[in-house]
Amino acid sequence: MEYFLEQVINGLQLGLVYALIALGYTMVYGIVKLINFAHGDVFMVGAFIGYFGFTNWGLPWPLAIVVAAVLCACLGVLIERIAYRPLRYTARIMALISAIGVSFFIEYFCSLKFMFGPNYRVVQRPFEEIYWSIGGVTISNIQVLIFVTVVCMLVGLQYLVQRTKIGAAMRTVSFDHDTARLMGVNVDKTISFTFGIGAALAAVGGVLFAIAYPQIWTFMGVMPGLKAFTAAVLGGIGLIPGAMLGALIMGQAEVMTAAFISSQLRDAIAFSILILVLLVRPCGILGKTQPEKV
Amino acid sequence: MRVSKWVALITLILFSMSIIAGCGGGKDTTGGAETPAGGEEIRIGLIAPLTGDVKTFGESVKNAFEMAMEEADYKVGDFTIKVFVEDDRNVATEAVNVAEKLITQNKVSAIVGSVTSSSTIPISEVAQAHGVVLVTPTATNPKVTVDAARKDYVFRACFIDPFQGTVAARFALDELGAKTAAVLFDQGNDYTIGLKDYFKQSFEAGGGTILAEEAYTKNDTDFSAVLTNIAKQKPDVLFLPDYYQKVSLIGKQARDKGITATFLGGDGWDSPELDFAVMDGGYQTNHYSPDDPRPEVTEWVEKYTAKYGQTPDALGTLAYDATKLVLKAIEDAGSTDPAAIRDAMAKIQGFQAVSGSISFDENGNPIKSAAILQIKDGAQKFVTVVNP
Repeated sequence: MEYFLEQVINGLQLGLVYALIALGYTMVYGIVKLINFAHGDVFMVGAFIGYFGFTNWGLPWPLAIVVAAVLCACLGVLIERIAYRPLRYTARIMALISAIGVSFFIEYFCSLKFMFGPNYRVVQRPFEEIYWSIGGVTISNIQVLIFVTVVCMLVGLQYLVQRTKIGAAMRTVSFDHDTARLMGVNVDKTISFTFGIGAALAAVGGVLFAIAYPQIWTFMGVMPGLKAFTAAVLGGIGLIPGAMLGALIMGQAEVMTAAFISSQLRDAIAFSILILVLLVRPCGILGKTQPEKV
Repeated sequence: MRVSKWVALITLILFSMSIIAGCGGGKDTTGGAETPAGGEEIRIGLIAPLTGDVKTFGESVKNAFEMAMEEADYKVGDFTIKVFVEDDRNVATEAVNVAEKLITQNKVSAIVGSVTSSSTIPISEVAQAHGVVLVTPTATNPKVTVDAARKDYVFRACFIDPFQGTVAARFALDELGAKTAAVLFDQGNDYTIGLKDYFKQSFEAGGGTILAEEAYTKNDTDFSAVLTNIAKQKPDVLFLPDYYQKVSLIGKQARDKGITATFLGGDGWDSPELDFAVMDGGYQTNHYSPDDPRPEVTEWVEKYTAKYGQTPDALGTLAYDATKLVLKAIEDAGSTDPAAIRDAMAKIQGFQAVSGSISFDENGNPIKSAAILQIKDGAQKFVTVVNP
């Protein structure tokens, strides 16, 4: 039983890590209807900036996270301005291909010697790990930190989108650009803001990831990005609570497969669940099928 | 609009120029610039992971390769040597690309490389198909030289994984007194799969029990599920047959999960970038130890340290030996024809290399002893030598 609970905690940690990325992914999709494939790479850039922050620049780690978030928000806005805005009113596939291009560009550009370099770096954790044993289950302060951050992000995002003025603008833009403009919403600014927030969230996730799994390199965002995207689709893409739910399911599915079935089948079974869920509910677990407007 | 067209045109021109410059291979060529008139030229390639997840392997190999070339003064027999160095980033497809380039564009007669088995197995096929001699310094998987049939153009300067896995298993049973072991391996990497299989085979044959055999993939960073499983079973030894980056990450998480087993691994640990604090007390099998008292070793350690300011690791040592083997074969053959070099290579007997005496068996593998090293206080300490 303790063993099972320990595995549940492992799955929870992995799920929360996916949620860190999936929340930003799904928010951007919900507003702009663009799958931002560069999200995982912004996550990587965030991890590197955070790492430089608390090792090379001597910043305290919470400040390093803030610096990473701010710089990545700028990067997110820049990416939108250069690579997505000119393609906004062309076919949907154009922006998607452009996003894949941006993703590869960031990965390979950052691998150059004068950027981050192509090599792995070992991250020295900026604080000591502490372990608490509760009823035979061990919980670390890093797990608690990730949990608290994800909950704050979830609540903050829901508040931002549902309760604030800019949130109202974002929701308006997600329905229809022209109508939003007629209502006096600055569409360009709202979309830039959305990308900025999404990138900042990715950066926070990146720094926490680097602390939890202390090794970073320029392709570190690819696999977590893909898994987080899967999680977002599983929960219903565009829905913030859906991303959270999907991420937690993905995490548990992977860990439980590795723990009780076979570590070799880990990804195979996790992705089979995705396929099965989508066959039954094509819009994801929380997604609602919308009737086609004529 | 006009302006942006000009910008596009200029960008296009600059871009195509950089491609042309890249294809010319200008940046890759070193040495042999002072080719004397009349002297015939022999071209030798090096493939190593100079960047990426095992870049310290590539750096050592390149250093040692260049050192061997400089000692030979870029000459062998009547030939002057022209050298081509390529980076495979420890990616199999990239390794095949650069091997094709070396063979078809640079027209090399022999290649030293690559370092890891997963890169070397595919390029051994390329070398065999084109009939170019390939000597890998460090790829230990048996499939490098024999896969279905013997690839007779391919040789290596190191022992092979069946031997390495057996040595590790015997050491765990006899010296560490281990009864139980757990194994973690990368299910997409020939090196770690091979080493795992041979370790398991010998460990079980020697009366030990494998409690857990868990797989992961190259991109995994979270090992908590399988490590929780292993922690519950409390093995005496945790065998980690992967390269230094992955091993350091797994080692850290294993200790976080309260696993107290002794870590055990192979030659993939041999890097200054191994997390020595985490791996402290662990043992690894290796190709040589710098503390070995043989005169060849002391002389080698001295001259390498003088030039590069660090003790040579096994990868550098084997690359030096592999390069010397290639030079010896070319000298014996007296020809730039790869087939003649291959025949001369196969005839080499009792070649005194730094890592031991080299004679090839019928599969192009040298028969050599293995060293066991312990990770202790931030360094590798020599423990013992095991003979085949």
